[in-house]
Amino acid sequence: MDVGIRIDTLRKIYTSPPPTAALARGGPMGGQRLFKRSEKKKVSIVALDGVSLEVHAGEIFGLLGPNGAGKSTTVGILTTRVRPTEGKAWIGTLEVWRDRVAVKRLIGVVPQKPNLDFALTAREILTYHAAYFGLGGAERDRRASELLDRFRLTDRADQMVHGFSGGMMQRLSIARALMHAPQVLFLDEPSTGLDPQTRLLLWELIRDFNRQGHTVLLTTHNMEEADALCHRLAIADHGRVIAVGTPHELKQSVPGGFVVRLAFHDVPEELPALLGQIPGVTEVQASPSGGLDLYADRGGTLIPHVVSAAAAAHATIHDIHISEPSLENLFLHHTGRSLRE
Amino acid sequence: MNLAAFLAMLARDGRVARRNFLPLLLQNLVQPMLFVFVFGRVMTTSGMMPQEYKSLLLPGIIAISMLLSGLQAVAFPMIADFQFSREIEDRLLAPMEIEWVAIEKVVAGGIQALVAGGVVIPMAWLILGSGLQISFAQPFELVALAVLVAVLAAAIGLTLGCSLGQAQIGIMFSLIIGPMIFFGCTYYPWSALASFPILQKAVLINPFVYASEGFRSALAPQFPHLPGYLVFGGLLVFNAVFLWLGLRQFRKKAVG
Repeated sequence: MDVGIRIDTLRKIYTSPPPTAALARGGPMGGQRLFKRSEKKKVSIVALDGVSLEVHAGEIFGLLGPNGAGKSTTVGILTTRVRPTEGKAWIGTLEVWRDRVAVKRLIGVVPQKPNLDFALTAREILTYHAAYFGLGGAERDRRASELLDRFRLTDRADQMVHGFSGGMMQRLSIARALMHAPQVLFLDEPSTGLDPQTRLLLWELIRDFNRQGHTVLLTTHNMEEADALCHRLAIADHGRVIAVGTPHELKQSVPGGFVVRLAFHDVPEELPALLGQIPGVTEVQASPSGGLDLYADRGGTLIPHVVSAAAAAHATIHDIHISEPSLENLFLHHTGRSLRE
Repeated sequence: MNLAAFLAMLARDGRVARRNFLPLLLQNLVQPMLFVFVFGRVMTTSGMMPQEYKSLLLPGIIAISMLLSGLQAVAFPMIADFQFSREIEDRLLAPMEIEWVAIEKVVAGGIQALVAGGVVIPMAWLILGSGLQISFAQPFELVALAVLVAVLAAAIGLTLGCSLGQAQIGIMFSLIIGPMIFFGCTYYPWSALASFPILQKAVLINPFVYASEGFRSALAPQFPHLPGYLVFGGLLVFNAVFLWLGLRQFRKKAVG
């Protein structure tokens, strides 16, 4: 069965603090907040501001953006845990909010923060999960043993999960999500806090699941992960989708590809025009820190020209940073901000 | 409604309760038993309380033990789940309407309350010693009462657990549960409040009153007690109110 995902102009406005994964780190809308307070001081947080997307059946799709972009809220809505304020979403042919119960049968969810059942052992977490989905006793045990083995958890299978490391909990979360053989897998920031080795194992597990023809939607703020794992990506910021495409297409869409970020004590009026005349420079933008960002088709070889332009305008450069074509630059180009800011 | 999922969740709660049987028992029963010992044994044996007080106290102790264990069995995991662990999310994602997850919790909490009631009777009997005048002449009334009190306990637990945060657990005991116990006619019959007419009317908004008075009428009818229709009427109304409130709060917490 081929199951894709479709999202049509979703909006979500929280009137009380969001309850789910968005709370995990540094508050619901880390970074810049979109607070609007009425006279009654009621909180109104716009988490999604008209998001439309289509995830094809059988692809690994990434939602890339900084904290507060609305990634967790999008996943929350698609996994029936958050009610959309406006708009609709479909998993296959099922409309998510209307057909919640049927949707839950199709999806597997790996949350941002491990929410394993701490009162149970690792094996029980898997078998009870399968029982919630109506799997018979023998089938439950067989699948649990198989997944524990594949996720390298067999030796700890009958222990309570308190003492598990972050990576083990994450692996068990994924194993649990796979217990009922879902068609679509959602992973919210799956590799946060994992060591590089576990991250590679995780990527392999995701690719494995995908190779069986299943759809994967994952969120991340890690460009390397998005680049390495995803067939297509959507870049989100402040509850909107800024760009959609394959990692390669997206990187190509940045004018020039290279970004040279310049910091000055002050920027004379004529300086941007002077820098814009340098061969290879395609665009000059003011950066939020008060300097200038040059989008160009080359990096280091521009520097002598930049220095002479600055000297001609009597400006003193106090920092230069060159970055090569990357999703980071793409994000910077569209939002004026770094993903890490 | 998905019966398989519902039963699997009940089995999960049963597994966890069996694993924690002793700590749960101690958590719920040590205080009532200390109370039974001091007021039912020490005070009566020393002559500071009449012997009859034992029989008056026991129904109240059964009520309070059931209410506290059922309430805590639901409220504590709910508070933890909705505050930080979100362990319940696994069950919210089961292919079943989420309201049934809450109802399952109420059923599981109710069963724990019934077990607590079942354990407390022989224990208190043992501690109180001779002179106890308890009758089991109305078994059907007793069972119906026990079931209503058990569900009430769990429904109150659901309401509190989905309305309060971790930081408010202390407040919950000192400002909500404490007064409910002491104005719940657990240690004295409702008729004893006759000299405080306003208070006597006011305590009728306390669901604990109907539980203690109900057990008193079923087990020790020789003492004055609220009439049966008021006990059952009160329990039914409070069951409905707390189930409705609890489900409403649960829905609010569970869905963003």
